[in-house]
Amino acid sequence: MGKLERRRRLGADLVTAELATAGLPRPVWRPWGFLRERLTMMGIGGRWAVILPPLLWLLIFFLIPLIVVIKIAFSESVVGQPPYMPLLTISPEGDVQMTLHLSNFIFLTQDHLYLDAYLSSLKIAAISTILALIVGYPMAYFIARSGDRARNILLMLVILPFWSSFLLRVYAWIGFLKNNGVIDNTLEALGVQHLIDGLNVALAPLGWAIPPLPWTMLYTDFGVYIGIVYTYLPFMILPLYTNLVKLDSALLEASADLGARPFRTFLSVTLPLSMPGVIAGSMLVFIPAIGEYVIPQLLGGPSTLMIGRVLWDEFFTNRDWPTAAAVAIAMLVVVVVPLMILQRAQNAVVER
Amino acid sequence: MLDKPEIAADARPWRDPEAKPFVKIRDVTKKFGDVAAVNNVSLDIFKGELFCLLGGSGSGKSTLLRMLAGFEDLTAGTIEIDGQDMAGVPPYQRPVNMMFQSYALFPHMTVWNNIAYGLKRDHLSKADIEARVAELLHLVKLEGYEQRKPNQLSGGQRQRVALARSLAKRPKLLLLDEPLGALDKKLREETQFELVKIQETTGVTFIVVTHDQEEAMSLSTRIGVMNQGEIAMIGEPQDIYEFPNSRFVAGFIGSVNMFEGVVTEDEDDHIRIRSAEAGGDIYVSHGVDCAPDQILWWAIRPEKITLTREKPEPEFPDANITHGMVEDVVYLGDMSVFQVVLESGKRLRVTKANSLRGDPEAISWNEEVWASWSGAAGSVLTS
Repeated sequence: MGKLERRRRLGADLVTAELATAGLPRPVWRPWGFLRERLTMMGIGGRWAVILPPLLWLLIFFLIPLIVVIKIAFSESVVGQPPYMPLLTISPEGDVQMTLHLSNFIFLTQDHLYLDAYLSSLKIAAISTILALIVGYPMAYFIARSGDRARNILLMLVILPFWSSFLLRVYAWIGFLKNNGVIDNTLEALGVQHLIDGLNVALAPLGWAIPPLPWTMLYTDFGVYIGIVYTYLPFMILPLYTNLVKLDSALLEASADLGARPFRTFLSVTLPLSMPGVIAGSMLVFIPAIGEYVIPQLLGGPSTLMIGRVLWDEFFTNRDWPTAAAVAIAMLVVVVVPLMILQRAQNAVVER
Repeated sequence: MLDKPEIAADARPWRDPEAKPFVKIRDVTKKFGDVAAVNNVSLDIFKGELFCLLGGSGSGKSTLLRMLAGFEDLTAGTIEIDGQDMAGVPPYQRPVNMMFQSYALFPHMTVWNNIAYGLKRDHLSKADIEARVAELLHLVKLEGYEQRKPNQLSGGQRQRVALARSLAKRPKLLLLDEPLGALDKKLREETQFELVKIQETTGVTFIVVTHDQEEAMSLSTRIGVMNQGEIAMIGEPQDIYEFPNSRFVAGFIGSVNMFEGVVTEDEDDHIRIRSAEAGGDIYVSHGVDCAPDQILWWAIRPEKITLTREKPEPEFPDANITHGMVEDVVYLGDMSVFQVVLESGKRLRVTKANSLRGDPEAISWNEEVWASWSGAAGSVLTS
């Protein structure tokens, strides 16, 4: 008798023995067992049971709306309710006809407003990301190098702004940035005007001049940079911090031991090893900044061209849903492409 | 005979009171809060030495090493290296390099770049750097591994890269923090000899921190045993093993049998100790600085005791012999370890080399035996 067969026999014997001793079967209500049975019957095993809820969530709240937007982007604008033509039409003869209108996308390339808005959005997002990196890196470094207790407090302070409304905080900046606002008044009270006058005398031969107070900061690109850097700074600091806190201090000591001054150590050891954090933080700032609407709307000037505002105007002012949808799809592509490039760069860094 | 370079192990400069030490540590104390990690340590280390700082965890050996490298400030005292006071000199300006316990290889750089790192900081020419790195790769037998990253190397290879990197700048003094700690036993033994060989060929002064007494014994010209932030004893490996100065040192290095006793005879050429634990008198055939009726300790190494079934004729009347029963025998291949219970209840550890193959006459479990030793076999310890 083969080994396997013997084992089977043994199993069968055990089962019969169990049945014999069990007496009357007592029905027990096992909700999880029941659910599992049903799910297994439908072909959903343990792994699928875990993946299914997020999958359904994404399907319902992300993929279907996206398909709706794509559908609108390919339809024709009309004055009516809804303000676009259906994609599928059924003729009186019963033929189903689908008309894809590429005109919305072609229109995007014809009117330079859209291209300008894309490029301007990319520029503003890129500059904001660099500024956030310059401000955030030293902060993350300092937090990572401070003692355990101080570190927790500092991290808390970084996250603290999230406890109040984003809109409210951006509004507060208006009070700071406006003419004769908090910043202007403080500078004036400190006598900075005299300093500017003095500097302007020195700079005059070079043909440069610093504008006199009060400075116009609100409703300019500068205001938008301030707003984006301020709002997205925690997204830069947190990934950088988690990266820098893992940095082995023995590596820094080894670098110093081999004759590198602190700044050299930073360039050769700390910075390259923190690249995954730099990339993650930059991605978290850059990508939402491209499509930012509220900050340029509240702090930006009429000349601040960002794709989020164009999209808003297209939807609510022009009521041209197909063009707005086309702008949204194009923006998605513009965002996804740099995201993929960054993702690839990050993988390359991690592999190294 | 082969010509050997003049090395500290042969010249023994520490025996010459006129010799000028290379590293001079004077009254160095390091406190973390109220706790003194290193307490009033003074130490001279000579050029070309391979000095081991030996101690358990928390003995302050690593802290002392980090102070030499400049990673920790001194609370009190001075450190001089090659006649230069190191106070206020940052690590990157010291003529010292360190090999870290975890090796601290830069994970984002190749082996070549790791070794060249220190050389680049000296702004050497490209050709000089290439020549030096090639030389070092040859020294540590890692030719062909230039373009590997540290995570593509085995533990032993990483250890050799770390050694090459720390030697690259030709430091006057090399500090090694548990250099072999992360290697397995076999590799460790091989690497010990390599390390000594490299030290002898380069002539660099090595200070090695280790908790492994076997490693310290086999590597060093001298050992400094540290205990609770203080130096317990400094000496050549033989001195440390055969002539420990305290119960701590005797117990820390190797295994030892220790008996408490009282001095009954104190002559210039011998002393006699009565020890109830040893079950008789201990006759020490040399003078010892002690007084009659003084309580002291006597320590003997397991290999210096002879076990016999028959009572041997004692060398000295009624001394250096005791009776017991073999409680346990551990066969270790090259030797066997016997545990003998004396009549006092004290357990005696005795080792015997297995010079015969499968000796049928070997002493075994539950046998009554006599243990005896010579007059100079043990050390008298007063502290």
